[in-house]
Amino acid sequence: MAKRKSDVGTLYKGSPGQWSWLLHRITGVAVILFLFAHVVDTAVVGWGPEAYNRVVAVYHNWVVKLLELGLVAAVLYHAINGVKIMVFDFWPSSARHMKGIALASTIIFVLSMIPITIIMGNGILDSAGVF
Amino acid sequence: MSVEAPERPIPSPRGGPPGVRGRERPVGGFELWSWLFMRISGLVLLILAVGHVLIMHVLDEGVDRVNFGFVAARWQSPFWRTWDWALLVLALIHGINGLRIIVQDYVRWPAVRFAVDMAFFVIGFALFVLGTVVVFTFDPSQWPGTV
Repeated sequence: MAKRKSDVGTLYKGSPGQWSWLLHRITGVAVILFLFAHVVDTAVVGWGPEAYNRVVAVYHNWVVKLLELGLVAAVLYHAINGVKIMVFDFWPSSARHMKGIALASTIIFVLSMIPITIIMGNGILDSAGVF
Repeated sequence: MSVEAPERPIPSPRGGPPGVRGRERPVGGFELWSWLFMRISGLVLLILAVGHVLIMHVLDEGVDRVNFGFVAARWQSPFWRTWDWALLVLALIHGINGLRIIVQDYVRWPAVRFAVDMAFFVIGFALFVLGTVVVFTFDPSQWPGTV
């Protein structure tokens, strides 16, 4: 059989779930790698105020705050997409509405990121000295 | 761990209306428990992790207000210490099991796969010990006047 264009160069050969599958992996890996660092930086609280305050000062830098916005987005995406996966897994008949459910979870993610981006964006601009 | 365990979950036809086949799921053994754990811990983390992220990073000035005094005041409550410890434990197991599943896809040579899995496991266990000790032994009265 001749290869269709979508058979080459794309994961899952163009199945609709390919992008959410990939994003679920990327966000999951990003969050666990951050957690490795975050447990250590929080543990510094046991060494007293001087040490801990110096460590958390890193989080008050505006470039780090941009990464922090990415972290919040990653956690939220992974959580909402995880719920979508569970809907398909525990109610298999919902797979009939796969596209609709995938669209709904994407809309929930985007809508919740709007106020979060505005709130955290203000903090970023503040730290960058724009205001 | 069983050596004969299938490398990939075996696809199994699921219930539902005719013509609809559900997603694949492990048929039994360790991989089925792992599958179930990821979903149950995922639901709990939906509250613990999303709640943590919203409280610490979004609401009420976010991370700007976080300093030693903030943590000391917060950890005076056994509720938040328990929340943070449960989050630590579930997120580490969920995350490291997730890494193990990804390693199955990309690391094919058994010895290397075992070494990579062990490295993540050791890191996870060390962080579990470190985090647990700090959450339960932290005592701000060592530094008077900071709370």
